[in-house]
Amino acid sequence: MNSSEAIYLWEVVKGLALTMSHVIKNIFQPERFRTIEYPDMRKPMAARYRGAHRLLTRPDGAVKCVACMCCPTVCPAKCITIIAGENPDDPAEKFPIEFDIDMLRCIYCGFCVEACPKDAIRMDTRIYEINAFTRQDMVHNKPYMVNLMDGLKPRAETVYRDDPKAAPSGYTFDEKPVV
Amino acid sequence: MEEAIPYLIVLAKCVFAVAFVMQIVPLLIWAERKGSAYIQDRPGPNRADILGIRAGGLVHTLVDVVKLIMKEDILPDHVNWFYWFIAPVIAMTVSLCTFIVVPFGDTFLGYDLRVSAIDGGLLYVLAMTSLGVYGIMLAGWASNNKFSLLGGLRASAQMVSYELAMGLSAAVIFLLSGSVSLQEIVGQQITGFFPNGTLLNWNVFSPWGFVAFILFWTAAFAETNRTPFDLPEGEAELVAGYHTEYSSLRFALFFMAEYANMIVAASVTTTLFFGGYSTGLPFVDGTFLRAHADLVVAAAGFGAVPPLLFFASVAWKRRNRPFYKAIPADDIRHREPKFFTGLWAGLAVAHVGLGLAGLLGLPGKLSLNLLSMGAIEDATVFGPDLVAAVVHLTVFSVKVLIGCWFFIWVRWTIVRFRYDQLMALGWKRMLPMALANLFVAALWVIVKETFLV
Repeated sequence: MNSSEAIYLWEVVKGLALTMSHVIKNIFQPERFRTIEYPDMRKPMAARYRGAHRLLTRPDGAVKCVACMCCPTVCPAKCITIIAGENPDDPAEKFPIEFDIDMLRCIYCGFCVEACPKDAIRMDTRIYEINAFTRQDMVHNKPYMVNLMDGLKPRAETVYRDDPKAAPSGYTFDEKPVV
Repeated sequence: MEEAIPYLIVLAKCVFAVAFVMQIVPLLIWAERKGSAYIQDRPGPNRADILGIRAGGLVHTLVDVVKLIMKEDILPDHVNWFYWFIAPVIAMTVSLCTFIVVPFGDTFLGYDLRVSAIDGGLLYVLAMTSLGVYGIMLAGWASNNKFSLLGGLRASAQMVSYELAMGLSAAVIFLLSGSVSLQEIVGQQITGFFPNGTLLNWNVFSPWGFVAFILFWTAAFAETNRTPFDLPEGEAELVAGYHTEYSSLRFALFFMAEYANMIVAASVTTTLFFGGYSTGLPFVDGTFLRAHADLVVAAAGFGAVPPLLFFASVAWKRRNRPFYKAIPADDIRHREPKFFTGLWAGLAVAHVGLGLAGLLGLPGKLSLNLLSMGAIEDATVFGPDLVAAVVHLTVFSVKVLIGCWFFIWVRWTIVRFRYDQLMALGWKRMLPMALANLFVAALWVIVKETFLV
């Protein structure tokens, strides 16, 4: 500590100058703030961000899933429950009667997406607000996951009104698998 | 009726003094939040709105009041209820009482523009600030818990220690102006070596006055328990210090008393060192303002128009900010930029009107006769006095607000002292410096009165 620091008064003045420079810069350039004004504004998530799961459908509206049990097998958290049923039109093919994911147990590893041979489940919704008032509501079932993007649509329209390219890829319902 | 007028004037001044302090308090709470946010590169409070008008977070202060009123007022079992009840009242009363000797203008129709014309004004201020410690001490003691007691002890020790340096630096002003009446101290800072009203006549622009100002201002931080001397609160060690047990409006009283203390400290510092209501412009003193009331009003009216129009244009441009793009098109907050554009533009128009009134020479002629449409003959002309009072009050308020901003600015810049450092600074540094400064100032006064006058 040299003598000018020992007097302390000059150091106080230097500190005051620093803080005031921040105030002035922030008044004239509010865009300096890194704060995202949630929930009015949202952070654009990365393309490979793993959000809530959704189930994809065929053009006729039926889920793509064939209840092969690959995802519950590979799931390290054992959070996927599938009850399989036979397709009455095509007895060779199965479909899920129930497809439940317990989001309280899910660790968002994405192994289910990797394991799926039919590209029936994806985690490209970028929904990170996964919450409910009861534990039972935290279990996402088949209709919920099929229709997940419908709920996102109005919000995405609002958030990304001026910059559609920044919108989640799931919003456009493109069927190309996420690489 | 005639003999009731002096009492009514006193009452009006009392109401004004209380209103002045209590109106600035919410503004300071807002400035504290927004200022701290801007210092730390955050946007700060901006969520609460009234009909979509958020006013940069000002609404939050209003919501805070509602919150504090609605909260449960808890009376803990273990407190000494009598002292516990009166402690916040003392804290608030004392800080409001201190303001009554501070002049905020020279005279208005012969009435002194301070609530109480006590000639020992500065002594009264020092006495009242010493009383302020009772509120905190009683709160700490009556709360009957270790942390509050420690907070109260710290507060009393620190206030007593810094009182000395504060009194000694104020004594320099006694010597320089030869009076303890705050009105006279201000008057002597308007007249002086330089032309009347000049900035350089202020006490702070003399060497001893400057040192006294630094010491007085530092002591004022300790007296008001603000960072870097806010050890009585010391939330890292003492939970919340002396007001740990208080909730609801009792806590709000302590909270407001802290801000009222800031305002009073800033007012007293302004009065002692920065010329009080003195405008700081050469030749612009009370006499000038009264003689050229029309010119002053015209200049103020037209001078305010460009900044107001600039504010209006800034408010209009704000509607292009990313926030307004992000919220839905039917969101109520879209009316905010329009509202503020209208507000600033409307004020600009009003100021054009004020300027025109000044050019037409209305303010100088303003009298009871004019207001009563000739019903009262030979009524007193109060226009020039009113102009002088408004200008003085505005100048005084601006100085006080700058002082208050300094309190906030320092709080978010400097870290808290350790307790032994605080005591060492008070007793080993500031007290000797204040004494030496007083000695030098006394020498100067002797030299001046012996050789120069």
